[in-house]
Amino acid sequence: MTRPNPTAVDGDPRPGAVAPASVPDPRRPGEAVFRRLATGSGIAILVILALVAAFLLWQGFPALLASPEVLAKQAYGAFGTWVLPYVFGTIWAAVLALAMAVPVSIGIALFISHYAPRRIAQPLGYVIDLLAAVPSVVFGLWGRQVLAGATQPLYEWLNTNLGWFPLFSGQVSTTGRTILTAAIVLAVMVLPIITSLCREVFLQAPRLHEEAALALGATRWEMIRMAVLPFARPGIIAAVMLGLGRALGETMAVAMVLSGGRTITFELLTPDNPNTIAATIAQNFPEAFGLKVNQLIAAGLVLFLVTLAVNMAARWIVARRAEYSGAN
Amino acid sequence: MSVTTRGVRSTTLTAGRLPRWAVPAIGVGSLALAYIAVDLATPGSANPGLVVALAFVLHLVGVEVSARAVEGGRQAVDRRAVNLVVGAFLLALVPLVSLLWEAINQGIARLDPQFFTYSMRNVVGAGGGAAHAIAGTLWVTGIATLISVPVGLLTAIYLAEYGRGNRTAKVITFFVDVMTGIPSIVAGLFAYSLMSLLFGPGSVFGFAGSVALAVLMIPVVVRSCEELLRLVPNELREAAYALGVPQWVTILKVVVPTAISGLVSGVILSVARVIGETAPLMIAAGFTASLNNNPLAHPMMTLPVFVYDSIAHPGVDVQPYYDRAWAGALTLIGIVMVLNLVGRLVARRFAPRTGR
Repeated sequence: MTRPNPTAVDGDPRPGAVAPASVPDPRRPGEAVFRRLATGSGIAILVILALVAAFLLWQGFPALLASPEVLAKQAYGAFGTWVLPYVFGTIWAAVLALAMAVPVSIGIALFISHYAPRRIAQPLGYVIDLLAAVPSVVFGLWGRQVLAGATQPLYEWLNTNLGWFPLFSGQVSTTGRTILTAAIVLAVMVLPIITSLCREVFLQAPRLHEEAALALGATRWEMIRMAVLPFARPGIIAAVMLGLGRALGETMAVAMVLSGGRTITFELLTPDNPNTIAATIAQNFPEAFGLKVNQLIAAGLVLFLVTLAVNMAARWIVARRAEYSGAN
Repeated sequence: MSVTTRGVRSTTLTAGRLPRWAVPAIGVGSLALAYIAVDLATPGSANPGLVVALAFVLHLVGVEVSARAVEGGRQAVDRRAVNLVVGAFLLALVPLVSLLWEAINQGIARLDPQFFTYSMRNVVGAGGGAAHAIAGTLWVTGIATLISVPVGLLTAIYLAEYGRGNRTAKVITFFVDVMTGIPSIVAGLFAYSLMSLLFGPGSVFGFAGSVALAVLMIPVVVRSCEELLRLVPNELREAAYALGVPQWVTILKVVVPTAISGLVSGVILSVARVIGETAPLMIAAGFTASLNNNPLAHPMMTLPVFVYDSIAHPGVDVQPYYDRAWAGALTLIGIVMVLNLVGRLVARRFAPRTGR
């Protein structure tokens, strides 16, 4: 889905067909109205984004300003100490998910771009896109009812045989509904995003470099390492960051798999798991009232700012190298 | 042949190669070996997942060793890369196949006429259906589409026709991209806050859910429509201008009709993208067991929230709730797949007439 060059002539910054006059003709009110309508819609999007931040701030403010004693009595307790374990859980789950998803995604992207026979490469891409089409609540359901049960014996085995390793230590969960299961579901969900972006970038690798490498006797893997991967590095980084943004904000997969608490622990297999911000909001919001609502919205603000920063960094990397504009 | 050239494998271009049958043979051998090993360890109940995983490792090692012996280190690394890359793809298929299989297997039981005609009003235990949730999903998604399409399409027109690379357009493009990454639950909190301001705290109803979905849907519509509008060849615009047609008439009568199939398909695909959203609707549209056809008052159930609710708050006998959840999930997958298929078909069947 590469963006076609909008200009008719290469290198010409102005498009080939710009309307004759940039100032609307006063005798043609339709032109002015339509133009303002289109511009207004564009501005409206910026306003909506600003409003999202403003409303979260406005509704979260009472909780941010309230004293710890008031919060302890009417809500969930002092904001900083309350939200910190969830921030940890959010980042921990996202990092685990990416650690699993990134190598697999790069592998799939390479398979589709450089290994699969040309004719079936595109259908195979569609198959991976199918994963992106599955609603998150279905992933959550699958993670809770199927994956947790299927991985539980594996967790038990890891715990008894590799329990000396800090990640696998502790009392093993009997349901399999641990942070590792949630992270696997998250990994499956971010996989198609990272794959499709990496695929675009791999396909854009200069053909001549690849052929030159092969002509010098390189094997296919050496060609990929010398010609494709160095070229694709910024694109891969952007893809990983977009995946990170998605994993940080994903709600249902975690909310349905985990019944997490506020423990800060790196142990992956125990029944006591750290919860994520998004899942905490989802699990508590329907029953919340008064100051609790404000506190949950303030937590949402924290999540919003974190994902905003990650996404802006990713988009900035993508935009800096216009060749990688296949991002979306 | 390979035997005669073994001695000089790394110094000549015609160094030894593994025969073509070697890799499949190693694969079959690893599979058999893995099955025997697992069967010996756990007699009678060999776990297929374990067998395949062990076979993959054996295959990797087998190919590596034989390639290193016959072909040399560089070829061995190359073959390892092939195995890992193909393995990554097959690994990704596991969750997809498992998910679809379980959804069909467990969802089909309750996918009966009652599921589509009954709500959960006064239902405890078995029976009941998701009619209220399906109606709610149609309402909420429909209104979200009505909000997003004009805003998204007009913005796309601005970006592709009026703004073309100027500063405002660049800023809008950047923030539209950033907006695609907003966590869906944040959109729900935004809609809830907005409605609290307008109608007092605790205002939870269908329209609020639509607003939340629109925030998620607008950037998707903008991106896909803009891409399509840019595909329209400039010759068409120039021809219209040469005839003295104003720019806005050119856009409405030439550019948009040329790209219409792509625009329709883009809108369908973005509907498919938001119809499964759960978290924002839980917060903004709420929960209910009854049918509610008024999006402006009272909570409105939607299909994804129905699935979540059935799983998160089951009754004493959990099975009927789980059955309904899987039936709901299967319905949802069906809707999304149909929308995706229709979207792609529309795009292909009525492809833009780009003159080539």
